Amino acid sequence: MSIMPTGMDLPAPKEENRNSALQRKAILASAHTIAMVGASADRSRPSYFVSTYLLSSTNYEVWFVNPKGGEILGRPVYPSLDDLPGTPDLIDVFRKPADCPAVATAAVALGASALWLQLGVVSEEAATIARAGGLHVVMDRCIKIEHARFAGGLHLAGFDTGVISSKRGARL
Amino acid sequence: MSDRPWGFRTRALHAGAIPDAATGARAVPIFQTTSFVFEDGADAADLFALQKYGNIYTRLGNPTTAVLEERLASLEGGIGCVAFASGQAAEFAAITALARAGDHVVASASLYGGTYTLLDVTLRELGIETTFVPADSPSAFAAAIIPGRTKLLYAETIGNPTGVVADISALSNVAREAGIVLVVDNTLATPFLCRPIEHGADIVIHSVTKFLGGHGTSLGGAVIDSGTVNWGNGNYSHFTTPVASYGGLQWWENFGEYAFCTKLRNQQLRDGGACLSPFNAFLLLQGIDTLPLRMASHVENAMDVASFLARHPFVEWVRYPGMHGTLGEAQYDKVNHYLPDGAGAVFTFGVAGGRAGAARFIESLALCSHLANIGDARTLVIHPASTTHRQLSEEALLAGGVAPEMVRISVGLEDLEDICWDIDQALDVSQSSLADDTNAVRSPTSRKASL
Repeated sequence: MSIMPTGMDLPAPKEENRNSALQRKAILASAHTIAMVGASADRSRPSYFVSTYLLSSTNYEVWFVNPKGGEILGRPVYPSLDDLPGTPDLIDVFRKPADCPAVATAAVALGASALWLQLGVVSEEAATIARAGGLHVVMDRCIKIEHARFAGGLHLAGFDTGVISSKRGARL
Repeated sequence: MSDRPWGFRTRALHAGAIPDAATGARAVPIFQTTSFVFEDGADAADLFALQKYGNIYTRLGNPTTAVLEERLASLEGGIGCVAFASGQAAEFAAITALARAGDHVVASASLYGGTYTLLDVTLRELGIETTFVPADSPSAFAAAIIPGRTKLLYAETIGNPTGVVADISALSNVAREAGIVLVVDNTLATPFLCRPIEHGADIVIHSVTKFLGGHGTSLGGAVIDSGTVNWGNGNYSHFTTPVASYGGLQWWENFGEYAFCTKLRNQQLRDGGACLSPFNAFLLLQGIDTLPLRMASHVENAMDVASFLARHPFVEWVRYPGMHGTLGEAQYDKVNHYLPDGAGAVFTFGVAGGRAGAARFIESLALCSHLANIGDARTLVIHPASTTHRQLSEEALLAGGVAPEMVRISVGLEDLEDICWDIDQALDVSQSSLADDTNAVRSPTSRKASL
């Protein structure tokens, strides 16, 4: 399992661009490693759909984090962020909002570049901690849907991507 | 890419269609193929389990059709779209995605005849019951709701062919109050004239065959979802219970705001099979490219033809929602609110001489075509009482506002003078033959309207 270079060279987002499509695309385009906190081996869980998508449709190095340990899709599950084999660029969180500030604190300590809270997960407290630590923050968005928005999968499923371009292969 | 909020005309040309990655083709390529090869066994398994996006089989989705779907979602301001083989197929899929046997629908009584019979006959036979209420009465919709059983309200932005304009915001409030969705058929308005989602509609349906395609070449239908419905509110248990055929996933929990379109594609379209041909998707897209230009001209011609008819002595009445004084003040206010750029180009008028007068008028036209479609670039006419609404009872006809002398016209893009010339000469013929046949006392030529 290769460890990709960490550190995403992104300018700080302007206030009005927070959580904008442009910012989300830039975060996804510059990340190499993703840690999924709260990953599950249950095939019907949303995190499992995201796991299979990230492994099958992207080039990211994906690390699963869950205190239960074990394996997901034949890969090891690390008990905590501190046990990862390297520093993840992006930390994708499948946890209830109350658990998010602690994840944000750990993300800052680890030196990650972006904190991403999944669809339905909003924690202003976690966002404040992460931003103060220099991280980019996305909340209430699914990383699979957002990657698919810019990579073309969402388009194939009939969804509006908002992408208009005259450039060949302009998708992520 | 950019976060620029692109204009309607730009999106009508570009949304969903970036140059092909492999070839650079600027126009939308036609992927005329039934199937798509898998990379390997794992790829196939992930695709079938909805674990990744991609193409499997054209019944479920196709790259050419996907361009049409994204384009319509963008123009309507929705989150996504699923295309179907026809408008009827789109309605059937949307309604059966929301309501099951034992459930109930409240619908406008002034619907297109095909939609009316779908609800009144076929869906009733399947155990989905519909109560029809006056199109212009949100309180009648509210009163007909059966708590726990009613799953949707159904209306047309502009009723076909009555021209009654739905009070979308008021209906949306009624639906929200009951925790159910408002479905609006926007076929006659097109998103150029009205975007129901901006007024609170949850789901929009189109017969893309009509003004969107605009050229009378191809059938197609579409369902667009706003992406704003909370499917976990307790009224839609089939969105929140495990789906055995997809490994126990739940549409709402797994797909969130994408739940409705994902279910519609992977259950109703997959199982029902009424998919759009990629070639039709391509032809319909050629029409949508120029939708803003065509609709502006359709509306301009329609207003002038309506005014001409209103002045004609052999025309007993005209019901064009865009013309003041034809459907009442309350309706005219709704037109100004929901359709500020025009009330479409389909409307009705009554030919003197009743059923026979209307029939002779249609037979005597030389330019306007007598056929069952609307929304062609060419001017079309039909006599609903003997064709599209033939299957309705007298009672249902009256409830739907369909009179025996009523002619429906879909005003095209020909020269206005030519359309009016043809209508005028056919009206003349219709009344002279009436006079010949029945010795009617009417003296048509003395009452000719001027062009």
